[in-house]
Amino acid sequence: MQLLSILVQRIGYAVALLIAVIIFNFILLSLVPGDIAETLAGEAGGASPEVMEQIRKSYGLDQPFYVQLFNYVTRVLQGDLGTSYYFNVPVTELILERVGPTLLLVTTALLIAIVVGTLLGVIAAQNPNGWFSHLVTILALVGFSAPVFWTAFMLIVLFVSILGILPLTGMVNPTTESGTLKWYLEVAHHLVLPSLSLASVYVAQYSRLARASMMDILGSDYIRTARAKGLSQRKVIYKHGLRNAVIPVITIAGLQFSYIFSGAVVIETVFNWPGLGTLALDAILRSDTPTIMGILFFSALVVIVFNLLTDMACRIADPRIRSSRNA
Amino acid sequence: MADTSSDERTITGDVKVTIEHPFTEFLRMYFKNIAAVLAFICFTVIVLVAILGPLLTDLDPFRIVWMPIAPPGQDGFLLGTDSLGRSIAVQILYGARASLAVGAAAAAITLVIGLLVGSLAGYYRGWVDEALMRVTEFFQVLPPLLLSMVLVGLFSPTLQTVVFAIGVVSWTGVARLARAEFMKIRELEYVKAARSIGSKDARIIWRVILPNALPPLIVTAALTVGAAILFEAALSFLGLSDPNIVSWGKIIGDNRDYFLEAPWTVIFPGLAIFVTVLCINLIGDGLNDAFNPKLRER
Amino acid sequence: MNTVPTAPLLEVDNLQVEFKTRRGIARVLDGISLSLSAGETLGIVGESGCGKSMTALSIMGLVPQPPGRIAGGEIKLSGEELLGATERRMRQIRGNEISMIFQEPMTSLNPVYTVGDQIAETVIEHEGLSSHEAMNRATEMLRAVKIPAPEQRVRECPHQLSGGMRQRVMIAMALACRPQVLIADEPTTALDVTVQAQVFDLLKDLQEISKTTIILITHDMGAIAEMADRVAVMYAGRIIETGSVQDILRDPQHPYTQGLISCVPHLVRDPPAERPVLLEIPGVVPPLTDLGQGCAFEPRCARSQARCRTEKPKSRETTSDHLCACWAVEEEASA
Repeated sequence: MQLLSILVQRIGYAVALLIAVIIFNFILLSLVPGDIAETLAGEAGGASPEVMEQIRKSYGLDQPFYVQLFNYVTRVLQGDLGTSYYFNVPVTELILERVGPTLLLVTTALLIAIVVGTLLGVIAAQNPNGWFSHLVTILALVGFSAPVFWTAFMLIVLFVSILGILPLTGMVNPTTESGTLKWYLEVAHHLVLPSLSLASVYVAQYSRLARASMMDILGSDYIRTARAKGLSQRKVIYKHGLRNAVIPVITIAGLQFSYIFSGAVVIETVFNWPGLGTLALDAILRSDTPTIMGILFFSALVVIVFNLLTDMACRIADPRIRSSRNA
Repeated sequence: MADTSSDERTITGDVKVTIEHPFTEFLRMYFKNIAAVLAFICFTVIVLVAILGPLLTDLDPFRIVWMPIAPPGQDGFLLGTDSLGRSIAVQILYGARASLAVGAAAAAITLVIGLLVGSLAGYYRGWVDEALMRVTEFFQVLPPLLLSMVLVGLFSPTLQTVVFAIGVVSWTGVARLARAEFMKIRELEYVKAARSIGSKDARIIWRVILPNALPPLIVTAALTVGAAILFEAALSFLGLSDPNIVSWGKIIGDNRDYFLEAPWTVIFPGLAIFVTVLCINLIGDGLNDAFNPKLRER
Repeated sequence: MNTVPTAPLLEVDNLQVEFKTRRGIARVLDGISLSLSAGETLGIVGESGCGKSMTALSIMGLVPQPPGRIAGGEIKLSGEELLGATERRMRQIRGNEISMIFQEPMTSLNPVYTVGDQIAETVIEHEGLSSHEAMNRATEMLRAVKIPAPEQRVRECPHQLSGGMRQRVMIAMALACRPQVLIADEPTTALDVTVQAQVFDLLKDLQEISKTTIILITHDMGAIAEMADRVAVMYAGRIIETGSVQDILRDPQHPYTQGLISCVPHLVRDPPAERPVLLEIPGVVPPLTDLGQGCAFEPRCARSQARCRTEKPKSRETTSDHLCACWAVEEEASA
């Protein structure tokens, strides 16, 4: 139907964006002082001009700019992101190994943020001058103003140092067999702190947003209609109010996904979470350019796919924009 | 019922209507907000400390002064020492400069790019808007922190690179806001009037529309500074900043491996960041409320 | 018309409602008394802010408290006191025994649910129907309010319907549980003139079938002439005149009512030559926080006397079943 044709159009646009990211990556690479040949030769402990020429040729660096660009784009689109200088394995392989943990962390944090944030906001809106509402406002300000890695450390103080109920770092005990129930439980146990830390910022933002929009909604005509029907306060709020209040939250979550992903990079390094973030930091500190570029490309891909999903979610939740061309 | 105020003046007639200058009204509204006033005072103190800080101590932040990870309060080291035996208090004092300066400079770049892109897109609409919004969407797809990490990593970890790397990845929100404001204001009568008397586009954009779009932009500017400080903290925490300059994030990054033994090495610099950004956000809220007095009464 | 004396279905007696505002306590309703028998249509007219909608919300038990407060009076439905009723009981009554349609059909429907869901919801709530049965009822109701292709419309969302259609949906929703009383608060104000007539015709047709009692709140004298059996005229939180529609339109007593009616040209059935000059009532409704001792209309009244400034006029019968609260009228009658 209509939704499908919009989906097709969105996918087309997403592919165009992706190609733009690849071109951007290539331009970024060519702006970096020095070239791949020098870096490789440097790794090998220096090389003669002939060898350098040989390397340049094998990487196609002697060809004109646009040919190099074309070759680069084609290679990336085929899934070939080159070989890591440092790990010496194909970058695609490295990334695919790490993308699961990152997605797990990001989606868990996002779900916590959307659910908890919306609920806090909706409850606060019902009595905008009550103590709970003030508490939510203060929590929002705090969550908003604290550096995410610092929040993480503070949660560690609480849950690891003082209470001792949560593990400090890592994702799973390496000796645990993957796929077993024990493995899942261990992962879940390790996931609590990182996802809470990451979610804290967004719980703050979304509760503020949901509170404001729910206050508008509670004064709206359709809420009065719902009351006039004889519905209970619960139904009025959680059936007629909540769904309308969650739409702006999902919209913002979609727009901000790249920020949440950024936050995950920091959180991963704090908790030694084996995801793309720790890989990215390792790669940057070791000047492993192919890996860096690969991660940048892949993150953009994840963001694009996620934007597509939230766009569709909003269209399903809100019939008014279901068939509109722009999100 | 509650909104009879304007009517009442016309009926009774003898009510004196004093018209307040917008700026005095703004100040009055701002000073009614106690949190915002306290935040403003607190922030002023922080800025003064950042400027004068190095005059307050004769210690070098990089000098090893005592045994490593000494807890706070011992032997006159107010906030203890770090993993190398350097004074945390002195480092925080010096770090204020880098954190605030980088935050302010990066926010300035963010605002300039965002304002430029947003105003042109919102004013000209059509293909200019289309093209600029595509660029904006492109930048929204790249995770900002990751991109600035890559930029700092690929080039050199200097103060300038960090400032540039933050500014160039964070302008999209400002651009969207400025675009929306410009699109709204360009349809208003006084802009049409300016156009009809043949004012040049540049004049209309900067002299007619911009002053009217300022309130939300000023609020955003304040929040942008806060965000930029957090951004810088994250980069230097990750070790992607000038190794020769102390900043709050860097203190935490340097000591993270000793965090469990010496939590003060992380808590205090983090508190400095937190309090600073909190003040800025409270000031932003205060500005917002003062600019929109009607919203506050709800 | 419907003057057969039966026990009243809905009775409002001396209702007082106050609102706390920044400028003090506003007495929004000051001693409202109404009485409706089954199948009757009562029109309530008055300017914006005179308390028409607040009367309706009080009957529904939907006065926002705080800032509002019911300060006194009684509201009885078939003898049952509603003001002290539990919230649970009020929920059973709302939408089931008394329902209401609102002024703004564009915003009174929830944008994210289909109209069928929203009609069915009422039936499920009050009659415990299964969702399938309720949807069938919703389709039936859409057909009853003369929406074409109801099987299809029932699955559409409000934004896909025109304003007139949405108001029909609101009517369908309000009548879905066959309520005894329907309160229509300016149901046509937001609609085009041609659509307005259609909505009134529809309401009349439906009333004939279901014998529903209707309270029509409006500031439109034309609507009153078309729909109402009896009329109550409100000013600043009080009912200042009440009577049969013929009495009020042909022989208005209160200066305010006279002003209201002379504001509307086509109602006066005199030949054009004798038609009086269109009048305008000078001034606006006073603030409710500051009503003073006397008659609230006094500052705007052409027949104002000394007594009007110091003492509130009481409702007196002028002719049978025609009440008016005005010192000038009373004096004239006794003179």
